[in-house]
Amino acid sequence: MMRKRNGVGANGYPVRKERLHKRTRIGEVVIQSLLFFAGFFSIFTTLGIVYELGKESLLFFRTPAVRLWDFLTGTAWQPHINQFGILPLVTSTFITSAIAMSIAIPLGLAAAIYLSEYASSKVRKTLKPILEILAGIPTIVYGYFALMFVTPLLRSIFGQDVVEIYNMASGGLVMGILILPLVASMSEDALNAVPRALREAAYGLGATRLEVALKIVVPAALSGIAAAIIVGISRAVGETMIVAVAVGAGPNFTFNPFRGAETMTGHIVRISGGDLSYDSIDYNSIFAIGLMLFFITLTLNIISQRIVRRFREVYE
Amino acid sequence: MSPSSSPLEPFQENLPHRHRRGTFWQWVFFSATVIGIFFLSALLLNILDGTLGYVALEARRPPATLAVNGIPLEELPKEELIRILQTYLSASAFNKLNDEKPFEERSRANVYDLVIARVVKYEVVESWSLWESLTRSAEIRAQVAEEFPQAELRFVSWLTLETIRRPQSSEAVNAGVRTAILGSLWTIAITILVAFPLGVGAAIYLEEYARDDWLNRLIRTNINNLAGVPSIIYGILGLAIFVRALERLTSGAIFGLVDPTTANGRTVLSAGLTLALLVLPLIIINAQEAIRAVPQSLRKASLGIGATKWQTIWSHVLPNALPGILTGTILAISRAIGETAPLVVVGASTAISFDPTSPFSKFTTLPIQIYQWTSRPQGEWRHLAAAAILILLTLLLSLNATAIVLRNRFTKRF
Repeated sequence: MMRKRNGVGANGYPVRKERLHKRTRIGEVVIQSLLFFAGFFSIFTTLGIVYELGKESLLFFRTPAVRLWDFLTGTAWQPHINQFGILPLVTSTFITSAIAMSIAIPLGLAAAIYLSEYASSKVRKTLKPILEILAGIPTIVYGYFALMFVTPLLRSIFGQDVVEIYNMASGGLVMGILILPLVASMSEDALNAVPRALREAAYGLGATRLEVALKIVVPAALSGIAAAIIVGISRAVGETMIVAVAVGAGPNFTFNPFRGAETMTGHIVRISGGDLSYDSIDYNSIFAIGLMLFFITLTLNIISQRIVRRFREVYE
Repeated sequence: MSPSSSPLEPFQENLPHRHRRGTFWQWVFFSATVIGIFFLSALLLNILDGTLGYVALEARRPPATLAVNGIPLEELPKEELIRILQTYLSASAFNKLNDEKPFEERSRANVYDLVIARVVKYEVVESWSLWESLTRSAEIRAQVAEEFPQAELRFVSWLTLETIRRPQSSEAVNAGVRTAILGSLWTIAITILVAFPLGVGAAIYLEEYARDDWLNRLIRTNINNLAGVPSIIYGILGLAIFVRALERLTSGAIFGLVDPTTANGRTVLSAGLTLALLVLPLIIINAQEAIRAVPQSLRKASLGIGATKWQTIWSHVLPNALPGILTGTILAISRAIGETAPLVVVGASTAISFDPTSPFSKFTTLPIQIYQWTSRPQGEWRHLAAAAILILLTLLLSLNATAIVLRNRFTKRF
């Protein structure tokens, strides 16, 4: 540091004169680059996912036994006889997700409307944390619940012959319970963001509470609600442990929700649960399924972000 | 003007109907919320139902046959108990026990426990849930008397201190979760060590340094998208990168800890790193919010008296954002503790009974143990799974409670 001689100021106090210019401090630069690396690190994660999934999938599709067309349209997934049709895995993923959303959308939306439009702030302060607890329970616990409670319940209602021990209905129902708080909480945030003035205006015109909620607030928050639903679907498609425990242990091309089947995620978990050798076609196949899963959920997430950005009503 | 001739008449005629509809839907919305809470209670009750209940135990050698001179087993002195061990165990097994701790130094209770575990050897032949035990008690007694005349019917809790203390075992009566709990703790420790500095660093960069250019927008979008990637994809990534490509590092071979030819990357370190990638976006997003909540005036005041940018961040922004950052991190960590799928893919061992001792140990974790036990068809393992779930939920609940206390006590409002 270059310092000029200390002098005496006009008011008699000693003054230290310093050269006033911006000096590069090494420490600051090092810290800033470290922070930039931390920020940039997530890009590596994405690149790693795309690269590894792509590389191993390519190996999978290069195997003579596998043809892309058969992979996309085949109705049998039986690796031991070289049949790699992904449809049975996709249909059961679709069916369990559909069952889950048929529970989570109506119940989640209704709960959101109740919490945002009807509940007093005291009631909301008790109920919302309870719903959040429901969202924080690990999914393996839901799997136990599906197998030990919902499956016996379904079997006693519909008959032991109709409902198999492992079935898509029980997994789907419990997945719905898991996603309910997610849909409820995101939708409630959207409903809460609708300005009070809109509600007051409607009340002023003589609307009832229900009419305000359904005809004013819900349409105004529609983009947020749609985003919540899409995030819910993406969560259902990627959900693993519930289906691994309760839905079954074998690919099955069926549309009957009371039968066992295996979803994409469930298949990956079962295959890799055993000791998987790195050069087997099984090893490569989980990457191909993973790639498919990654694209489905990524597309859903991007759509949801677009909806929020494009259709959000901005009130000031 | 009388009401009948009012221009509001059609409006008022309609009114009761509209109010009825309003009340009806209010009840519908309310019940939807209640149904959510009902499910939560059903889930908890279902787990409690599995943790307690009757078991029928059959002994390899019933205690009655071990009585000496008419003195029942429970009242035998220590010396007699040691003699029983000597008679029924092989010489090598007996000596091994003696080597672990000489019999003279063991207490009578300890020797008695050894006799029960090694000589009497109880096995579960049938088990019932709490609800069944309470409602069909007489029926169960009759069934046991008829089907397993040798068996002893006991009302047990599967969750005891012993369950927490014992390692995994091939017999349900002796199995515990110590190995799994230690595995979870090791994994989470590595996850925190990696994810916390990286996540907070990324959040500081994005909030304090990043300009609004295409690169930083890309980073932001990317983090949001990563938060929505299913956890099992992270498992596949961990399998390909940490377990396979970096096997020499994650197995410890690079440090000369294991023989490179038998090295296996399916270790605590691989699992911890995989979970770190998984929770990183969550930690970043939460930390960003906490940093954003620190008012601009604090930064300006600090910069105004001549502090550098980093001094401002370190001494003013971070201390004020810390409660929020910690709350978000705890929530992310509790998510990681409950994760099962990625660890199954990364290759948590399923049946190990020794405790993990280093980052290069093979491991199992609590959720994986629950998954394994739930998947077994015999009822007794599912009771153990219920007990393990209660332990897991207690752990998570206390973590979440800590997060809420932190948030309420230390968050400053500006």
